[in-house]
Amino acid sequence: MRKYTPKDNVQKKSYYTDRFWVAPRVPTSEVEAGSHFESVVKTISNVVTIKDVGVQIGQLRIVINATDNFKTLQTLRDACGYAMCSELSAVDYLAQDGEFEVFYQMLNLTEAKRVRVVCRIKKDEAVESVVPLFKSANFAEREMFDMFGIKANNHPFMKRILMPDDWEGYPLLKTYPLHGDEFASWYEVDKIFGKEYRDVVGPENRDPASVERYDSQRFSRVGYEVPFGAEIEEGKEEENPIAYSETFMVDYTTGTTTLKKRK
Amino acid sequence: MAQHQVNYASSAGLPIALTSVDKLVNWGRSNSLWPLTYGLACCAIEMMASGASRYDFDRMGTIFRASPRQADVMILAGTLSKKHAEFARRLYDQMSEPKWVISMGSCANTGGMFNTYATVQGVDRIVPVDIYLPGCAPRPETLQYAMMMLQKKIRRESADMKKNVKQRIV
Amino acid sequence: MQVTNKLTPFFENLNFERDDNTMVINFGPQHPSAHGQLRLVLELDGELVTKAYPDIGYLHRGIEKMAENMTYNEFLPTTDRLDYIASTSNNYAYALSVERLIGLEVPRRAQVIRTMLLELNRIISHLFFVATHALDVGAMSVFLYAFREREFAMDLMEDYCGARLTHSAVRIGGVPLDLPKNWLTDLSKFCTKVNYELEHTYEALLTENRIWKMRLEDVGVLTPEDALSWGCTGVMIRGSGIKYDIRKEEPYELYGELDFDVPISDKRDSYGRYALYMEEMRQSVRILKQLIPMYDKTEPKLMAHAPQYISAPKEEIMTQNYALMQHFVLVTQGMRPPVGEVYAPTESPKGELGFYIKSEGEPYAYRLKCRAPSFFHTGLLQEILVGTYIADVVTIIGSTNIVFGEVDR
Repeated sequence: MRKYTPKDNVQKKSYYTDRFWVAPRVPTSEVEAGSHFESVVKTISNVVTIKDVGVQIGQLRIVINATDNFKTLQTLRDACGYAMCSELSAVDYLAQDGEFEVFYQMLNLTEAKRVRVVCRIKKDEAVESVVPLFKSANFAEREMFDMFGIKANNHPFMKRILMPDDWEGYPLLKTYPLHGDEFASWYEVDKIFGKEYRDVVGPENRDPASVERYDSQRFSRVGYEVPFGAEIEEGKEEENPIAYSETFMVDYTTGTTTLKKRK
Repeated sequence: MAQHQVNYASSAGLPIALTSVDKLVNWGRSNSLWPLTYGLACCAIEMMASGASRYDFDRMGTIFRASPRQADVMILAGTLSKKHAEFARRLYDQMSEPKWVISMGSCANTGGMFNTYATVQGVDRIVPVDIYLPGCAPRPETLQYAMMMLQKKIRRESADMKKNVKQRIV
Repeated sequence: MQVTNKLTPFFENLNFERDDNTMVINFGPQHPSAHGQLRLVLELDGELVTKAYPDIGYLHRGIEKMAENMTYNEFLPTTDRLDYIASTSNNYAYALSVERLIGLEVPRRAQVIRTMLLELNRIISHLFFVATHALDVGAMSVFLYAFREREFAMDLMEDYCGARLTHSAVRIGGVPLDLPKNWLTDLSKFCTKVNYELEHTYEALLTENRIWKMRLEDVGVLTPEDALSWGCTGVMIRGSGIKYDIRKEEPYELYGELDFDVPISDKRDSYGRYALYMEEMRQSVRILKQLIPMYDKTEPKLMAHAPQYISAPKEEIMTQNYALMQHFVLVTQGMRPPVGEVYAPTESPKGELGFYIKSEGEPYAYRLKCRAPSFFHTGLLQEILVGTYIADVVTIIGSTNIVFGEVDR
């Protein structure tokens, strides 16, 4: 019977995990009283409901409902001074929870503090676009759509950005293989020459160490040397090790003596 | 080219050089190879460096051209993504014959370290390649050596391009 | 002899004679002054740009996907290819976020070497900017001079790590090698040389040059509000008069101890940004000069001691059993950082470069997002180009200093 491999997460996995090993967690501390982050949390909790909050590696992490993302970011910008949305993207948790995690990385330039706003959405749900607040979200949300298929409502130009417009699939999903699917592997051949040329061009070589034994144009053959471009087939190759290796077999002792003799 | 010692005083000042048409044409072709500035990724920086002060490509008669119509060699320097492949082929088609292709760097040769969904696994899937240049990124000296190798290759070829058997894609 | 293929002429869907008297032109993806593979679709009214649409993704290689399929140490050489003009700054940004994730303290000598390499890379990158920007605007000789100095800096990098372009000189937990002999003397010679050349070559050729000023002044004006909204960082935001340098505000490595100024410009145009690049190179030289005496005062220890995450030095691996076992596990399986997420911003030559890493306790990152400054600067092009003349488009693209390796990733 063939070994079962899960299809919902085709990323590379560790071949060995200790059953009794429990992964440690990054320490998450409470928001300190009187700190800048406390005032941020207070201001936001007046506007939206906060599901979870904590400080991780010096940055505040606020978990909110996905429908509140616009309001939260607006409060952060207008009331807390977080004037820049420096990053925005998603994490794929479809295999575990059937959800995407969308995060917004915010920066306050006067206080030099960073806040990460995190929300979760179900598959096929969309988030509200934050382009009216931060124009930097324009490209970032398009990239999120391109990579995950998460749409942003009211975005001025929701279109693929990194992949071609006619691309199929969303590359950063865990279900998308690293080497691409069938469509991806023939994309450039289909586009330039047409599908009928797939046989002529041949499949992609994904093995970096592969050597085509009977291709005398692109590969040299140690021990079985033939002239460049000679046509050889399986079973018809002759062993011819001497003619070539003679050039390499330099006897240095005799070489120096002959040189001395010449001198 | 076979050059003969000519006594200019006795033979009415006529210099004589005997050669074949092939050699004469290839001498011209090989000594003024104008590459297309086709920088794609990291290797483009090394390609610029080889055109700049220290490595100085101009002394080999190699002058970068921005238009494919004026270029003889296409140096594919860097990772060719699937989105870009169509444009690489388009530029190759626009170049006038005779034309040659140097694939610079391991990304262009085989896809290199970018063994992913978005990278063309070797530019020889879309254009015929004459010289494969290993390295990530190859040093400017490597590119200059490749250019010299290409000159050697051209000198071996026939002046009639139809006779030169190239690895054809289609 | 043309080989037939399916490709049709590209201009067939462009309508040149429209009723509204505008023209659509296509710029790139292969254009000598597009700084890589930028494709711009511009709508022109006469010579005025009325609409600009940057089309990116022509160098998308799936680096973020690769990160999810590689162990943390395997991925490090891939970061070289993000911003390939200053590779060490990418290596460093990645190493820093992994170190913050696992909570690692790097030995002081490694810190000194890292800061040196970072500043050297900043000079390399800024020299490259001056060279290509001047070339785009039309000053060929500056290109040749700047590449001459850049080669000396590359020689220093090559002496240290053996590579010219893709360094991988910073590892997670420290640096792999100590400085070679006489490297510091070479470095101080280089510092003197760069300082001299800055004043006597580049600034003498450009700063007061009439043509250079006419091409750059009041071109590509970026207001502070727009700069914030578009997520501009680095020189772009400092050129608009906002003083924010991550080296000063959120110091990492030795930047807290070093004495340097953050130049800002209120001019808001390309010329102001050019002046900032020049001044930043001076500051980098100043930092390098402070770092040279610091090196001798440090202990000769290069990698952090954390047997769970970092392999021991080669000598210990060869002599001690436990170190060998740890090394074997780390090489075959990879390190397993704790569960959690981290975002570590650094000031790369282009702006704020940060890596967001989401770890699930596996040897493979669950999600890695590279916050590339050039990506956001490219987004800015769709607004900053509108209302400018077509001759200034190349100047503005040049002054944003975008690198497509990190725009498309």
